[in-house]
Amino acid sequence: MATLDLSGVQKAFGATRVLHGVDLAVADGEMIVIVGASGCGKSTLLRIVAGLETPTAGSVRIGGRDVTALEPADRDIAMVFQNYALYPHMSVAQNMGYGLKIRGLPRPEIDRRVRDAAALLGIEALLDRRPRQLSGGQRQRVAMGRAIVREPKLFLFDEPLSNLDAKLRVQMRAEIRRLQKRLGVTSLFVTHDQIEAMTLGDRLVVMHQGHAAQVATPMEIFERPADTYVAGFIGSPAMNFLEGVLAGGGRAVALRAGPTIPFADGPRPGPDGLPLTIGLRPEHLRLEAGGLPLAIDLAEPLGSETVLHGRLPDGEALVIRLAGPAPRDGTLPVTLPAEHLHVFVAEGGRRLDPAPA
Amino acid sequence: MSTTETTRGLALPAEAAPHRQGPRPDWVAHAVLLLGVLLFFLPIWIVLMGSTHDAATIGRGEVPLLPGGHALENYRAALEQGGAGVPVGRMLFNSTVMALAIAVGKIAISIISAYAVVFFRFPFRQLAFWSIFITLMLPVEVRIFPTFKVVSDLGLVNTYAGLIIPIIASATATLLFRQFFLTIPDEFVEAAKMDGAGPVRFFLDVVLPLSRTNMAALFVILFVYGWNQYLWPLLVATSADVETIVIGMVKMIGSEANTDWNIVMATCVLALLPPVAVVVLMQRWFVKGLTETEK
Ligand SMILES: Nc1ncnc2c1ncn2[C@@H]1O[C@H](COP(=O)(O)OP(=O)(O)O)[C@@H](O)[C@H]1O
Ligand SMILES: [Mg+2]
Repeated sequence: MATLDLSGVQKAFGATRVLHGVDLAVADGEMIVIVGASGCGKSTLLRIVAGLETPTAGSVRIGGRDVTALEPADRDIAMVFQNYALYPHMSVAQNMGYGLKIRGLPRPEIDRRVRDAAALLGIEALLDRRPRQLSGGQRQRVAMGRAIVREPKLFLFDEPLSNLDAKLRVQMRAEIRRLQKRLGVTSLFVTHDQIEAMTLGDRLVVMHQGHAAQVATPMEIFERPADTYVAGFIGSPAMNFLEGVLAGGGRAVALRAGPTIPFADGPRPGPDGLPLTIGLRPEHLRLEAGGLPLAIDLAEPLGSETVLHGRLPDGEALVIRLAGPAPRDGTLPVTLPAEHLHVFVAEGGRRLDPAPA
Repeated sequence: MSTTETTRGLALPAEAAPHRQGPRPDWVAHAVLLLGVLLFFLPIWIVLMGSTHDAATIGRGEVPLLPGGHALENYRAALEQGGAGVPVGRMLFNSTVMALAIAVGKIAISIISAYAVVFFRFPFRQLAFWSIFITLMLPVEVRIFPTFKVVSDLGLVNTYAGLIIPIIASATATLLFRQFFLTIPDEFVEAAKMDGAGPVRFFLDVVLPLSRTNMAALFVILFVYGWNQYLWPLLVATSADVETIVIGMVKMIGSEANTDWNIVMATCVLALLPPVAVVVLMQRWFVKGLTETEK
């Protein structure tokens, strides 16, 4: 059990800068999910924590101890790899116990730990098999088992579910979460899948081009995204963005699409005419008489809900998610609810909150 | 027996199998196979039969295709007196020592060099790799005189060391191992690092076991290669102590008139046995190594 602190972690491969200074404080027993588009530096960050890469600048502390200069084996951590990295010539038991054997633990102690972990994961019957005799889900469990027997201070996961089919992924996701809660081991979990991130993490780190765009709980990220990147990345279908400018002495936004909407939660600081980006989640939009005319160009019926794609009179695209069946085409009136507006400064995309009273 | 023949002969059944259902009649395939078998087998059959007749039969120019009655005495003569004064047993022993040392040595040296080239970053790594690669293009014959000079200056002429050491490094085997090592996923290396396995542990616990089939296949090929060495032993092994069977056989064939062909052929058959034994014993591994990689 331990805390993890990253401060100012930077990484460059030659001239390519991949991480631009990441700070993160992980509490004891917390599960942090690092989520972001492919290539944003998630794996690099995880590998720096693991000791498989050396940061160009910054430090990594585990349980208060600076481990930046230590070898992976000396950091007391365990990692679950995307392709599991099980040695094909060793049995499941040997795979799980290999790290302990190298550490010089006595044979009975290794056996005991391997059996305990296998029981925990329900793979006792597989201990004598070779990895190639296992299904994807079983290999995944063995990879977890190998991490568990080490009884490490920190678990690291690099997209461990991405090789499983959709159904198994959901099942293993829940299993990993239960296990992590039960063992109480501080964990870092890397994924590009926002659903995985939302369901697994105590807190999320949304990475964007080598920065941590936002570090917060899943609900906070969903309800108060720090910038337009996070707002567009988390949530499905993605948030709508409309252009507008600050108006009425900071009390409202004048949308390019026509209406001026007063802010429900207080005036924003800034001069009138300041270009804004207004975010609206598809599920918050309603079809109501007297709304803006939305020309529907695509309807996606999903059974319990319908997703409508359309265009406002000024040409801006808008997506609406409605419960139950809905009209499939034509022009429909849509209202933009003031209480669900997300306000961002157009330049840079930063969130603009009401000025404190 | 050359390596390519061995390979082809063993691989053929597996390759032929999927064509069973094809429109081509079976007998064509069988005829071709039969022709191939005849082509490869007939000379061996003639030698085998020749070794069971007396000197006179062969001396008359007959090519016997059926066994004669002198097998025992011919083989005893070969094993005890041999040709050119060296007993065949002694030469077989010398050849076995040389072939084993070459095969084992080449595998040991090249697997370690390939490990260094693939898994470590060190200055001049690329240079080291290319130097190994380029020596592939130099046949032994090109460097044979400078090599002889070195070996003789070191006083290694007519010793096992002189026979073996100059041909113990193998660019081909190094390259084969390199190619194989490149297919070992980086994740294994990283998992080993997390497990705390250093380079030596990783080599012994992961790389070696994964290379087993490759090593077995190479062992067969290199044993046969070592067994068939001719030019280098001819130069460096001139005394009876270290004479190899291949050289011995050539020496036994003196002038046409006073050659005991029946003894030569018996020696020939004896010389065939060790490589055949190696191929047969290792065949399961050998085919596996050529056709699949265990991953
Ligand atoms: N060893 C490396 N050498 C050079 N560039 C690398 C290396 N590892 C990763 N990168 C680059 O760093 C960026 C981030 O990679 P990565 O952390 O693997 O992204 P993610 O896991 O978020 O998809 C990518 O553009 C990738 O090309
Ligand atoms: Mg990655």
